[in-house]
Amino acid sequence: MARAPARREAMEKTSAVEVMDLTVAYSDKPVLWDVDLSVPQGVLMAVVGPNGAGKTTLIKAMLDLVPISAGRVLIAGRPYDEQRRKVAYVPQRGSVDWDFPTTALDVVMMGRYGALGWIKRPGAREKQASMEALEKVGMAAFAHRQISQLSGGQQQRVFLARSLVQDADVYLMDEPFQGVDATTERAIVTLLQELRASGSTVIVVHHDLQTVAEYFDWVTLLNVRRIASGPTAEVFTEPNLRAAYGGRMAWLQTSEQEPVAD
Amino acid sequence: MFDLFTDYTLRTVAMGAAILGIVSGVLGSFTVLRQQSLLGDAISHAALPGIVLAFLLTGSSEPLPLVLGAGIAGWIGTLCVRAIVRNTRIKNDGALGLVLSVFFGIGLMLLTYTQARPDASQAGLDKFLFGQAAALLQDDVVTMAVLGGIAIVAVTLFWKEFKLLSFDSEFGRSLGFRMGAVDILLTTLVVIAIVIGLRTVGVVLMSAMVVAPGAAARQWTDRLGVMVCLSAMFGALAGLTGALLSSTGARLPTGPMVVLSASVIVLLSLLFAPRRGLVWERLRSHRRTALRTEGARP
Repeated sequence: MARAPARREAMEKTSAVEVMDLTVAYSDKPVLWDVDLSVPQGVLMAVVGPNGAGKTTLIKAMLDLVPISAGRVLIAGRPYDEQRRKVAYVPQRGSVDWDFPTTALDVVMMGRYGALGWIKRPGAREKQASMEALEKVGMAAFAHRQISQLSGGQQQRVFLARSLVQDADVYLMDEPFQGVDATTERAIVTLLQELRASGSTVIVVHHDLQTVAEYFDWVTLLNVRRIASGPTAEVFTEPNLRAAYGGRMAWLQTSEQEPVAD
Repeated sequence: MFDLFTDYTLRTVAMGAAILGIVSGVLGSFTVLRQQSLLGDAISHAALPGIVLAFLLTGSSEPLPLVLGAGIAGWIGTLCVRAIVRNTRIKNDGALGLVLSVFFGIGLMLLTYTQARPDASQAGLDKFLFGQAAALLQDDVVTMAVLGGIAIVAVTLFWKEFKLLSFDSEFGRSLGFRMGAVDILLTTLVVIAIVIGLRTVGVVLMSAMVVAPGAAARQWTDRLGVMVCLSAMFGALAGLTGALLSSTGARLPTGPMVVLSASVIVLLSLLFAPRRGLVWERLRSHRRTALRTEGARP
């Protein structure tokens, strides 16, 4: 009898991200409606759904970047505000100006800014960690390149390296495969699987339904409401996809382009 | 040229113009990178009603209350822009244009009203429209240097935060930095940079000094640090050149000469900067076509 609450506690602990009754609305139009989600630790999860389904908003709500109308989000059982250091964020590549006068290394070092806090400047330690992260994504040779001289795939790798130096438990990535070549896509997938193997939880907004089963072991189907969420083998089914995408022939949409503001 | 070291007025004016060039160059780099070039325009125009109101309230034409009035009005202007963007469907550029014209209109109205007063002509408020550098005193230059020094120290302290704000503000927020506060701080420093230049260059042309040095500097480098230093140097160069040109005896006004010098620097940078310059770009594509046609020949 005394065991039951202990087990429940253990089960709660395994939840890396817990979303409860989440509703987000932009000027009265709901983007997310009453979403419940429980993402266990150590999974590699895809968030899929049609354009305007609220995928980006869901990620941003987890990061406390958009005002929430109702509900709440817990990271490893606590509010985001207390867990910032355990969460890394990879925004959409198109959300920044790549003509900004800075180098790949400098962008990666921004991942250390949070741990540094106000005013303090990055030093040798931050530089070393950033070089190691660049090496991990195969970009060490480009460390001192100006970022506009990098290809789309290379820019995406820089963004990934920036999240790696955050040394987080939970990684939230918004379309890391958008506009990258096949080689980069494979490299990124390997990296994400390494992150999962090391015990991290990775949540990825994904577009290519063809590769969901191959890349991800967990999936959430979203269309304003949560359609389904769970292990890919159980949840990534035709009825669920039909429910998420409606009458559209979603199976044929392989690399659909979506505007930045989802 | 030697007048610079002997002539008191010229030395004061040259120093004032150089200081305003440096400070607006440093802060202008960030407004250029954030694609907020119109912000300087809005702030400087919004400053006019503040200047006139400060005169009406205090009855003094001393620089400090007028500059303070300018700063407060400019700052309120930026807050209005933020409020409009946040609470209406009007986008940033529309909000800037609105604030600019409404504040400037109020300023002109107050100015006309004030001109009718007997003590107004001595106050020389209308000089704030296009600036009058010759009226600068050593005290003014000291005030400019102190304010500008504070702004530059703040930029070096919050360098990392300003870079984050300019490149990826939302990521900064996810890291726990209060980017709204960083934005307000940076904007306040831009207000200071503009207020410093108002007496010399005037509200109408001051915005050029916030855009020109930064835009020119961006052409020459791909590093933020180098860009900000270059921008400060270009600003100082424009200030000094403008002051010297206006002292040549042709009775050329300082403010417009400073802005024209800055514009020449921008033009040269747009044309001749390596890699980004138009001339080299044209040469490169020309050479490429030349090579291709040569290769096509048997």
